[in-house]
Amino acid sequence: MALAVAIAAAMPVGAQTVAITGGKVYPVSGPPIEGGTVIIVNGRITAVGSGIAIPADAQRIDATGKIVTPGLVNSATELGVQEVGYGAGPNDETAKGKDNIAAAFTVWDGLNPNSVMFAPARKDGITSFVVLPNGGLVSGQAALLDVVPGTTSDMMIKSPVAMVAEVGDPQSAGVNSRGELIVKLRELLEDTRFFQTHRDAFDRAQTRTFSASRLDLQAMIPVIEGRLPLLVYVDRAADIDAAMRLAREFNLKLMIGSGAEAWMVADKLAAAHIPVLTGAMNNIPGGFASLGQRQESAGLLRKAGVSVALIGNAGGGDEEAFNVRNLKQEAGNAVSYGMTWDDALRAVTLTPAEIFGVSDRVGSLQPGREGNVVVWSGDPFEFTTRVEHVFVRGREYHDKTRQDMLMERYKTLPGTHNNPPQ
Amino acid sequence: MRALLCLLLAGAIAGCASAHPQTTTTPARDTTEAGVGLGGTSTPNADPFPSTYTPFPSRTTVIRNVNLLTAAGPTIRNGAILLQNGKIVAVGATVNAPADALVIDGTGKYVTPGIVDDHSHLGVYSAPGVEASSDGNEATSPTTPQVWAEHSVWPQDPQFPRNLAGGVTTLQVLPGSANLIGGRSVVLKVVPGRTVQSMKFPGAKYGLKMACGENPKRVYGNKGGPQTRMGNVAGYRAAWIRAQDYRRKWDKWNADHKGDPPTRDLGNETLAEVLRGNILVHNHCYRADEMAQMIDISHEFGYKIRSFHHGVEAYKIADLLAKENIGASIWADWGMFKMEALDAVKGNMALVDHAGARVIVHSDDPSGSQRLNQEAAKAMAAGAEIGLPVSEDQAIKWLTINPAWALGLDDRIGSLEAGKNADVVLWSGDPFSVYSRPEKVWVDGAMLYDRTDPSEQWRTDFELGFVPFNRN
Repeated sequence: MALAVAIAAAMPVGAQTVAITGGKVYPVSGPPIEGGTVIIVNGRITAVGSGIAIPADAQRIDATGKIVTPGLVNSATELGVQEVGYGAGPNDETAKGKDNIAAAFTVWDGLNPNSVMFAPARKDGITSFVVLPNGGLVSGQAALLDVVPGTTSDMMIKSPVAMVAEVGDPQSAGVNSRGELIVKLRELLEDTRFFQTHRDAFDRAQTRTFSASRLDLQAMIPVIEGRLPLLVYVDRAADIDAAMRLAREFNLKLMIGSGAEAWMVADKLAAAHIPVLTGAMNNIPGGFASLGQRQESAGLLRKAGVSVALIGNAGGGDEEAFNVRNLKQEAGNAVSYGMTWDDALRAVTLTPAEIFGVSDRVGSLQPGREGNVVVWSGDPFEFTTRVEHVFVRGREYHDKTRQDMLMERYKTLPGTHNNPPQ
Repeated sequence: MRALLCLLLAGAIAGCASAHPQTTTTPARDTTEAGVGLGGTSTPNADPFPSTYTPFPSRTTVIRNVNLLTAAGPTIRNGAILLQNGKIVAVGATVNAPADALVIDGTGKYVTPGIVDDHSHLGVYSAPGVEASSDGNEATSPTTPQVWAEHSVWPQDPQFPRNLAGGVTTLQVLPGSANLIGGRSVVLKVVPGRTVQSMKFPGAKYGLKMACGENPKRVYGNKGGPQTRMGNVAGYRAAWIRAQDYRRKWDKWNADHKGDPPTRDLGNETLAEVLRGNILVHNHCYRADEMAQMIDISHEFGYKIRSFHHGVEAYKIADLLAKENIGASIWADWGMFKMEALDAVKGNMALVDHAGARVIVHSDDPSGSQRLNQEAAKAMAAGAEIGLPVSEDQAIKWLTINPAWALGLDDRIGSLEAGKNADVVLWSGDPFSVYSRPEKVWVDGAMLYDRTDPSEQWRTDFELGFVPFNRN
């Protein structure tokens, strides 16, 4: 009996069979299916299609007239490492590092799974997220996680998924000019290469000194081996080009983040198979490095054949934390500014999963993938659409957020100060 | 990441509100406030930087077969609107199209009043955001009522035409929120101009920007204070005490002209005009408890707060705001970027609206300002989710007539009614859809933006050569 209880407690409530039937299913990995069925067994998708037999024990979700998509993946967040953006103690997305290099920094080790930020995100259909380090020249390593309860290990899909660097702001890199910034990055890459082949000598203290610490150099090895993508935050077309030259020189697997002017070098990015994380709600020439910022950017890049993952890039109310939920608005605006609807959906689901090497786990509705599924009352990008069901790893969540509790409390003024009903 | 920097700049340093001037060059048709609000009898020089705005050339225009969200009544389906001589002449199921009218078929499209953003820093925090153009906070003293936002406005800020393309036709440009009292705001028409005077809304009242909470104490905590919220309040009160004294001396001299006039003081001149009711107070204030204290201060000194800006906790005191007739200039969903934004809820607008207070969708953000329609749509959805639905007819008011009221301009702009200024937006579809965009924008009857015609798209001097493409 005690054992049975223990097992039951450890099993997520939804670790069972779920059948979502009758909706218009967008697997993203394939064409949409009218009146399709999605079967989830023990947290994983086992079948997607029409005319699929529904297991007798399945919990049925009638999605007739609804839209069914994979859970959304937000590729640029500070979820769990930033509770209050400013003026409330240190946030955990930026490492001190050494001389603006913090390659060894594993940002997810500071992640708080109990952050109040998760529930509002999941409630609006975000089921997976990339947590990014920022600051300095090499900011650290990013990871991709699911929005599920438990520990960081429980949430983790893959770590690291990228090494993050910021190219284009000499000041934050601790140098005086862009060219010098590239020199500094090249020095780090060369030192990593040398370190990689002279580990024994290093450990015997028989090498020259390096530009970075032992742990930073070690963390950079997968980057120079082309196994770990280097996600470079950069805006100016010329700076993107400089990053591409460096990537060619060292055979790096490059990704571009922000990319205000990426559309100006779209053909080159497409030819080099370099994906871009960018948004569709910013057209402000906010600096001399982003004079070409435009809302058509995502659509133009896609048209040129670039893999595009949509992220927030206009700053609306803390888009990397509290407002990661507005990814669907970003997608809707991308459509308004020239991206196809299908591409926009892909850009918030399967494309980020592919870019970060986790498309075998999330981002599409296919057998074997995590049961991360959202049932929408209509077009996922439209404001009037409600999220009707959110499943993460096969479990349905009915999140009551801190904001929901506040609204309940003050819906009738003067409000109440009693505990809300659980 | 970059975004967070923007946010901090907006929320912590740039963000806040104030008000803006008007002029004595009010056209005859705008006589409702002529001579009022200018302080003409009580301030030695009421209007030293008069508006030189003149409407751009316009032609008589009819938009028909179009849905009209009027902000003055129920939606008119498949109706029509006539714009003539800079004014809205007729709105209804049909209108008579003069022979010379440009007739636009609006089938499937929507017409709304021009959007009014009562919280902007365009021109004072211009793009590119370099130090040389950082002109929004006179952060040299916590109380700077002597500064006027218009003296910082760069008419070539490339953010202006982007705002117009977002359907915004009137802006209140405010000083930032570093200071307890940040200075005067200015109300601008979103039109090209060589000078700020040529953008100033004729006859608009000035506003005064005040700020509560974290920003002033953060900026001055190590620069002589205030260091605390109680220090903030002492600072407001001290300033109003000085202003009362100043006003008394001038009012006496204005009445009897005995002896030399009192010495002019620019800061107290502005504050005295607030006390006389000629300048509208726009108060950056996030928290409910602080808003209530600011209301008490306004009672103590006998001035009115026109609108609280960034009131993320407005829903907690919506009844008080309704009773005091104070606007709530708020975001749809920004929150948690600092402690005083902790209790932000998506239902804020719906809750405030249903409590009978005046909701204003504001931006404090050059990007968000271009999509205030989308912000309203998100807030509508949040209302529906908590059982407080908001109709499109109500939500359009949040974007137009309510902010127009906050600027004291609701008799001239903010709704589609005969006699109002012809500030009009033609949308590709329902403005509360994520897929709709402004197609054409008129200011005083002049079409200043046409998405389909690059020759009708305003480019600032700055953009020439620097911005390598044509916006649409």
